[in-house]
Amino acid sequence: MASEGSRKSGIAVRPDPLHGSDPILAPGQTLGSVTEKISSIVIGKGNTTPGWIFGAFISFCLLMLLNTVITLLAIKGVGIWGINIPVAWGFAITNFVWWIGIGHAGTLISAFLLLLHQKWRTSINRFAEAMTIFAVMCAGMFPLLHMGRPWLFYYLLPYPNPMWLWPQFRSPLVWDVFAVSTYFTVSLLFWFVGLIPDLATLRDRATGRIKKIAYGIFSMGWRGSAAHWARYEFACILLAGLATPLVVSVHTVVSFDFTIAIVPGWHSTIFPPYFVAGAIYSGFAMVLTLAIPLRKYYHLQNMVTERHLDIMAKVMLATGIIVAYSYVMEMFMAFYSANQYERAQFVERMTGQYAFVFWTLITFNLVLPQLLWWRKARRHELTLFVVSLIINIGMWLERFVIIVVSLHHEYEPSKWFMFFPTKWDWATFAGTIGMFFLLFYLFIRFLPMISIVEMRTLVHETSETGPHSSLYPVPPEA
Amino acid sequence: MAQIFHRSSNMVARFSIVGAVILLGVLTFILYEIALSPWYTNEHATLQQPVPFSHRHHAGELGIDCRYCHVDVEKSWYAGVPPTQTCMTCHSQIWTNAEMLEPVRASYRTNVSLQWNKINELPEFVYFNHSIHVAKGIGCTTCHGPIATEPMTYKTGTLYMSWCLECHRDPAKYVRPESQVFNPFYQQPTYGAPVTFEGVKYTDQASLGRELVKKYDLQTYQYCSTCHR
Repeated sequence: MASEGSRKSGIAVRPDPLHGSDPILAPGQTLGSVTEKISSIVIGKGNTTPGWIFGAFISFCLLMLLNTVITLLAIKGVGIWGINIPVAWGFAITNFVWWIGIGHAGTLISAFLLLLHQKWRTSINRFAEAMTIFAVMCAGMFPLLHMGRPWLFYYLLPYPNPMWLWPQFRSPLVWDVFAVSTYFTVSLLFWFVGLIPDLATLRDRATGRIKKIAYGIFSMGWRGSAAHWARYEFACILLAGLATPLVVSVHTVVSFDFTIAIVPGWHSTIFPPYFVAGAIYSGFAMVLTLAIPLRKYYHLQNMVTERHLDIMAKVMLATGIIVAYSYVMEMFMAFYSANQYERAQFVERMTGQYAFVFWTLITFNLVLPQLLWWRKARRHELTLFVVSLIINIGMWLERFVIIVVSLHHEYEPSKWFMFFPTKWDWATFAGTIGMFFLLFYLFIRFLPMISIVEMRTLVHETSETGPHSSLYPVPPEA
Repeated sequence: MAQIFHRSSNMVARFSIVGAVILLGVLTFILYEIALSPWYTNEHATLQQPVPFSHRHHAGELGIDCRYCHVDVEKSWYAGVPPTQTCMTCHSQIWTNAEMLEPVRASYRTNVSLQWNKINELPEFVYFNHSIHVAKGIGCTTCHGPIATEPMTYKTGTLYMSWCLECHRDPAKYVRPESQVFNPFYQQPTYGAPVTFEGVKYTDQASLGRELVKKYDLQTYQYCSTCHR
């Protein structure tokens, strides 16, 4: 059994030669200690702490609020929201774009960085992937609820039907269905395949019979044989290869929902890269929002080190600059196009009824994150936490500005109307936040939030005895 | 440590991968077949009527024209159900004491209409117009089936959108000469029984249909708003 062997071994982590006192794994870790540390959070005694119960309960209450909204929506229709012509998309699509954007960081970390052999991803990829899956679930609810009759969702799919109807394949909304469902499927598969050896570890370490059976079923008969490992590695690389294009493609397709339309402020070729950068920006902000409390509460500072925070802050800074550039270019193109409607749209954004939203967005997304240029800010937990929250809010406001502000001020002055969110708009949004966090609470309670297998590999690769220790006879390097 | 799972669970796990796919496919197929089955669509099912009116007797054996009773078919979206007075034009003279016709006479006496049960009922979100169809060479029996042979009237199509679209996508398969629209015994041309149109004998529907589509300028719209207004 793999876990038995690792507990006995005494390989210690040597300081990272490249970064000296600033490693991606704190010194002194052994194969046994990382396994023990991570799995004890799941199967140790007394882990249902009051803090966990409190957080999960609040999230559960919010989920019940979502339940209430959906019931009301089924009875009364989408009129409970503030949407109307011309702002028919309102909060629902704002939230959809926001949630789906958040997911992108998880895929970037797990797939993109795996192919690029970035070792720092190992301690954050598992919960970042979980975040992706839960965020996509929240995102997926909004278009379905926005249809008004969510029970007819299957109309979106090309299935054999006695109406002889296909979905309108020329509509980007149908592309969305394929992009999001592919994204969800691949993310879920990738996450699950990565979990299999860890589930086997938990199965072997679990004490209760129910736990053994549950983890046993989901570990799919993993025995840790060489053939299993070979197939596991191959499947991971294959899925990473499948998931990597999705990092770019999904939000590109989401941006097509806007660019294909002729609404001023939407009809722009800059949208796909702009949306992808924004997605990664907000996604990393969410990863940090989750990682900082997690590492503090569960004492994981040895595995999610300050260097991790530093690197993620740098990624945010970089994508934030791309987003800033996009904002500037968007405005420049509106000016340079000499199109009166485009120009009017951007003047409206800056000086119109919703100007306060626009300027808050600029402050939150462009000005305040510049704090991350300072190394001290990048490594200060509280500062980084606050900045990541601010970016989350800023990115939500960005989607609000794109969707609501553009729609409320289209071509004809007779069709200029304001959008005011109702209490049910806010309740739907809060409800999905509750759903997201409840799922996340369940995840950290029942599954290893850091990949045990990859941490063991990392210990092995950075150990003092080196990768060719006699304890672990490995085949010669390829 | 005792094994949690029996050896056979490996086989179960492997089979479940293939099994899930097969199950999903079979389930879709079954649901589709149920949706098309007469059990679900009420195709070929007769309904209880106040008087067991026979189209076979009236339209088939007696040869009464469709329009004698369904007077509005050429002018309106609705073909029309005849008033009791129409029945009484004949039945005040013949079968005057038939017990079967007592509801008709009662209706005539009390001036309360007979409540027929509708066989071909379209949903309210579908707009259908009889007049344009009969004006463009679509016969009664194309949609209503062999009405002149039905002792009790029944539905002969699923009334699904696919049923409408089958003709709307290619009307040449069903169109007939205008003179034959109200002929309940009309058969599509064959080599043995050709159909004459404007002096030319056609021995197959393909060539007749092609000619008629051109002649009648058939534009079978497939826009959503053609029927869903």
